[in-house]
Amino acid sequence: MAALGTPLPTLRALLRELRHAAGRHYRDSPAYRHVLAAFRAHRVTSEKLCRAQQELHFQAATYLCLLRSVREHEALHREYHGKGERSPEEVAGLVGFRLPQQPGGKG
Amino acid sequence: MWRGCRRLLWDRSLPIWFPRLPSTAAGSGPAGPCGRRAYAPPGERKRFYQNVSISQGEGGFEINLDHRKLKTPQAKLFTVPSEALAIAVATEWDSQKDTIKFYTMHLTTLCNTALDNPTQRNKTQLIRAAVKFLETDTLCYRVEEPPALAELQKNEWDPVVDWAEKRYNVTIGSSTSILGPNIPASTKETFISHLASYNMWALQGIEFVITQLKSLILSMGLIDRHITVEKAVLLSRLEEEYQIRRWGKVEWAHDYDLCELRARTAAGTLFVHLCSESSTVKHKLLQD
Repeated sequence: MAALGTPLPTLRALLRELRHAAGRHYRDSPAYRHVLAAFRAHRVTSEKLCRAQQELHFQAATYLCLLRSVREHEALHREYHGKGERSPEEVAGLVGFRLPQQPGGKG
Repeated sequence: MWRGCRRLLWDRSLPIWFPRLPSTAAGSGPAGPCGRRAYAPPGERKRFYQNVSISQGEGGFEINLDHRKLKTPQAKLFTVPSEALAIAVATEWDSQKDTIKFYTMHLTTLCNTALDNPTQRNKTQLIRAAVKFLETDTLCYRVEEPPALAELQKNEWDPVVDWAEKRYNVTIGSSTSILGPNIPASTKETFISHLASYNMWALQGIEFVITQLKSLILSMGLIDRHITVEKAVLLSRLEEEYQIRRWGKVEWAHDYDLCELRARTAAGTLFVHLCSESSTVKHKLLQD
């Protein structure tokens, strides 16, 4: 098993990411409720090394990595990715012109 | 050299399968009176739904955007076998603000690929494509110089290769020659029979992860929960990390690619685990 440590920091970080993703009513979102229910169900076990608990923790860590890297990737994309060419109207507007309107189409 | 690298990195992005949205209001880019421009960014679809919810149908779980059901690009109904996967897909759709950015919705893309199977490969072809990567596995190709990099590769990659050899009872080895290691046929047979135990959906996910990480051994380490996603991505990009530490980092290239690779790998791993699990909860009553 991967060296993951205690599940509490992972759970807290995952819930924080879900809060960023969901918006105002994050507590009612299905993902938030599902994650909390899953962690509560696996909290108490009689075994010292619970395989299902570790599987859940690994899945939670993977989902956390997914949400976090998608958010960072989107931020980088917004900042650095090219916006494309300007349309002809925008180019004309740069120097203060407007494109001519030809009602019958070009002659 | 850099452009060649970027072309290699862009190749990672195939196949991308964008979901088809129920409404047909396609917004094309602003077209001037002169017609299409040379490089026109495609029109972005605005978010047209308020609520995303999940419902259970005959085939599995479905996603509802407001009251319309989500469909795949080939117009099939979008059904997933696992509830957790449906919830994750719904969260992806719910987290889109203003415009819909398909390049951030990795789980949706994977589900669409599994449902539509656009390359029309059956199980044997998928397994064969996955095991073929073993011959060109990243972890098996070592350099001789610079010695610091060779040392780093030995310290970081050898434990993972040893773990894989012990876990699957095979010989893999590594080589510094351009032809690569000599993988015996029994090793390939072992991996083929191991991968045959996964269902079709999980195999699509496994093949996706292998293509992203360029390594079968790292993907098996992820599937067996031996290493975390961050560690696997680090090991896959070991040489790049070494060069970054030596020459410095370029945020708009290195960080961008790192985040994208992490996102895709995490999505693929989660997809495989959610498609191949079956959980039962045994409630033990407290004796009092």
